[in-house]
Amino acid sequence: MVKKRVIPCLDVANGRVVKGVNFVDLREMGEPIELATRYSELGADELVFLDITATLEGRGPILELIERAAAQLTIPFTVGGGVTSLDDARSLLRAGADKVAVNRAAFDDPSILTGLADEFGSQAVVCAIDAKLGEVFTHAGKRARGRDAVDWGREAVARGAGELLVTSIDADGTRAGFDLPLTRAFAEAVEVPVIASGGAGQASHIADAFAVGAEAAIIASIVHERPERLPELKAELKEAGWNVRI
Amino acid sequence: MKVVLADYGAGNLFSVTYALERAGAQASVSIDPAQVEEADLAVIAGVGHVESAARGLAATGLDEAIRDRVAAGRPVLGICVGMQLLFGASEEGGSGLELLAGPVRRIRAHTVPHMGWNDLTVPRPSALVDGLAGENVYFAHSFAVEPEDDTAVVALTDHDGPIVAAVEYGPVAGVQFHPERSARAGAILLENALAWSRSV
Repeated sequence: MVKKRVIPCLDVANGRVVKGVNFVDLREMGEPIELATRYSELGADELVFLDITATLEGRGPILELIERAAAQLTIPFTVGGGVTSLDDARSLLRAGADKVAVNRAAFDDPSILTGLADEFGSQAVVCAIDAKLGEVFTHAGKRARGRDAVDWGREAVARGAGELLVTSIDADGTRAGFDLPLTRAFAEAVEVPVIASGGAGQASHIADAFAVGAEAAIIASIVHERPERLPELKAELKEAGWNVRI
Repeated sequence: MKVVLADYGAGNLFSVTYALERAGAQASVSIDPAQVEEADLAVIAGVGHVESAARGLAATGLDEAIRDRVAAGRPVLGICVGMQLLFGASEEGGSGLELLAGPVRRIRAHTVPHMGWNDLTVPRPSALVDGLAGENVYFAHSFAVEPEDDTAVVALTDHDGPIVAAVEYGPVAGVQFHPERSARAGAILLENALAWSRSV
């Protein structure tokens, strides 16, 4: 059977990896490709690069970073952030990203998901959804959109998304565990893989997300501080009986 | 050895090119049918739909170059959608080059796409997947080939049922997973593919 995945997420701002709590108070964590290569060597199943400042500042995609990542990495990586249109997303995939994560642009215009799936296949299309108390938020968690997050997720899949990256803004950066009711609601609602994001602090948190149906879990601050934590987490998950790649 | 990736407009082929270079090949991307026909090994990679990929191959004349190669017994390797293109009609729409007999069908499983690392089982020894029994490789697909001839199947994986992971038949080989994104196991596959292509 396909393995449950542990995916370090590198939030990138101005070319550096950063991490904040509840999307604010950003702290610098290091150079993206260096960290990415290190995680790959340590057994990361995939990587996500999110350009977290792109939507706010209206900057274009981080193509140069992607080209270097495509050349150097031997595991899959997803890129998101700064995706404002179908053309933006297309340029990220053409630069070498294995998948593109579309957040606000897809919410505003779901046909983007269909256009990408038609051209690249739905396996390359990740819909990123940020939720607070079950409601969709966009603009790096700053703008409430008045729509039930799971309802939007269901539509995103129907429109062509091959994965949902579900971030709980409430849990993000707290290291207190994933938002399990939210993760469960998504996993029950769609047939595509759900990636739980926000709140990873220890192996049991990841196991809890798997237990409610997540196919993959995002980790960030706990491994940015000490990358060696990654193989330890996976060994602990394996020990607990989870089907992970060691 | 010179490996040419058929550039039929399926987006980015750099990742596969880099991976082939790491495996020791001199790899390049070409839209020129003559170059694809003359390469030591031709590779069909890319993502997306069989239908649009087949259209791209036909529009560039690369379909004929690949058919001519195979007719002359010269090796072709398909990766992911490139492997599906070796086969016949796809439930996704369109049809491949029919170099191998059998349809491409949508995966019937609880979670689709089949996305992530999965281990290989090897029903018979082959040059292509030598040393890869039990190894994990990375899959990302919603459709899978169903060869009419079981002897073409050299690796399987399981996702709520068996899925053909690799085929090898005469000068034609294919892998459903992504060797360029499968870490060490992917590197071994590509090294194997180069060795296999020299022996065809």
